[in-house]
Amino acid sequence: MTELPRKTDKKLGLVIDLDICVGCHACVVNCKEWNTGGYGAALSDQNPYGDDPSGTWLNRIHTYEAGEGADTRVVHFPKSCLHCDDAPCVTVCPTGASYKRADDGIVLVDESMCIGCGLCAWACPYGAREMDLAEGVMKKCTLCVDRIYNEAFEEVDRVPACVRTCPANARHFGDLADPTSDVSQMVAARGGIDLMPEQGTKPVNKYLPPRKGTPIGEALPAAHRPGGEDDLSATGFLGWVDDMLSRFG
Amino acid sequence: MHPALSIIFFTTLSGLGYGLAAVIGVGLVDGASAAGRIGYVLALGLIAGGLLCSTLHLGHPERAWRALTQWRTSWLSREGVLAVITFVPLGLAAIGSVFLAEVWVLPAFLAAVLCLVTVYSTSMIYASLKTVHQWHCGLTSAVFLTFAVSGGLLLAAVLEALTGGGSPTVPMLALIVFGVALVVKVMWWRRAGAEKGPSTIESATGLGPLGLVRLLDRPHTSENYLTREMGFRIARKHSEVLRRLVFLAGFAVPVLALVLALISAQTVAALALVTGVLSHVVGILIERWLFFAEARHAVMLYYGDKTA
Repeated sequence: MTELPRKTDKKLGLVIDLDICVGCHACVVNCKEWNTGGYGAALSDQNPYGDDPSGTWLNRIHTYEAGEGADTRVVHFPKSCLHCDDAPCVTVCPTGASYKRADDGIVLVDESMCIGCGLCAWACPYGAREMDLAEGVMKKCTLCVDRIYNEAFEEVDRVPACVRTCPANARHFGDLADPTSDVSQMVAARGGIDLMPEQGTKPVNKYLPPRKGTPIGEALPAAHRPGGEDDLSATGFLGWVDDMLSRFG
Repeated sequence: MHPALSIIFFTTLSGLGYGLAAVIGVGLVDGASAAGRIGYVLALGLIAGGLLCSTLHLGHPERAWRALTQWRTSWLSREGVLAVITFVPLGLAAIGSVFLAEVWVLPAFLAAVLCLVTVYSTSMIYASLKTVHQWHCGLTSAVFLTFAVSGGLLLAAVLEALTGGGSPTVPMLALIVFGVALVVKVMWWRRAGAEKGPSTIESATGLGPLGLVRLLDRPHTSENYLTREMGFRIARKHSEVLRRLVFLAGFAVPVLALVLALISAQTVAALALVTGVLSHVVGILIERWLFFAEARHAVMLYYGDKTA
């Protein structure tokens, strides 16, 4: 049913720390690895070994540069479905294949009902939905529904594949409706933000902005700053050598 | 946005068909006349052909019937439901007209109203998307509706000229609606060129507080579904020329043909109007192509666009 639930008891989602992500793409690869054999159709590739390879991915990392001059920052930016409270991809679906679960807020596609019209991908501002060109159905992040409730797994593995695999611990999973959860506290402490709040989608996933860094100049030891070597003055024996060499210089 | 031929033909053909059916339905063309009877057959053909084209766009056309279920929230579903419902009064009116040469006023009028509501719901599929700011406005519906009605009136004028019946009413009205349609489209183009969407690369990444944001690396070196579907930009550099072509083929030639038809004998009028219709169809196909090709989607902000 494409009507959104008025309220979901839980809001399961991700918190992504942009200060920590190193852009290694491990979450991208593990997402594809897990989900190509998990929920629904496999994630196909087109022309994978040719000149122009492409394929279906549910999680992608972009890299941006922000700021000017010495304050410029490079930020690696993982992006997957944000499981929005007001998910526009769900309401535009003509068949009822897209839905948001009332109990945990996860946005899913019932692939057996999807006609592959692509309208949900047009409605999503985040690029979270990709049509699988081999299957002709829409694919998206499932928040690894087939892992997080899977009692055959050990507790530590009952998190989305991207979270489990992140070597830098930049991705966190939890209930964002519960103010006492780790993820909610992280968001509160670091001022977690919504992407494109002006689109009115009310995303559940939050991003933790990079902390204020030290400007490039100040982060360096004195000798390594631009023009720094001229200011050095050695003392003792090395001072004498420096003095002697300067006389012949 | 990627201009899919299936959708371009669907909106063009079904728009013309619904426009023509509405023109006959409200009695501007006598449903019992030869023009009215041929008109109903032509309108049904255009509508059915357009709807068939639209299913070519689907990954699973065999499940298309499911699209009739979510009319509570989805404009695409509403359009499907309205298209099916419209066939009932339209089919009845066509049966009365084509087989019995009778005008059944009630179904004909009901069909006319439903035709226009269906065209409106088609326009709302696009106008309701916040992600494509150029589409997200009331003018989009105005464009679809005025184009459908002007095209329908033009087709009706041709049929009347070819069958030797009719009054100057239809071509006169067509001239007026063509004028309105052109004004609406020019307003739409102006807005599309002048207004930016609410999102920027800074709001998309949330990195605005650090300063201006630039894309350093895409996720992958090659194109993907998103950049192919939402990042189409091949012909934008030709858009000025193509807009002039839309004006020329879609408006100037049909208007000249209508004027010529009003002042000349039947043979010349018919010849001019047939040329006018063919030219108009080419013009609308280009206009629809531009409607998609020029539209910028917010997701491309993640791929380096500064504004959407």
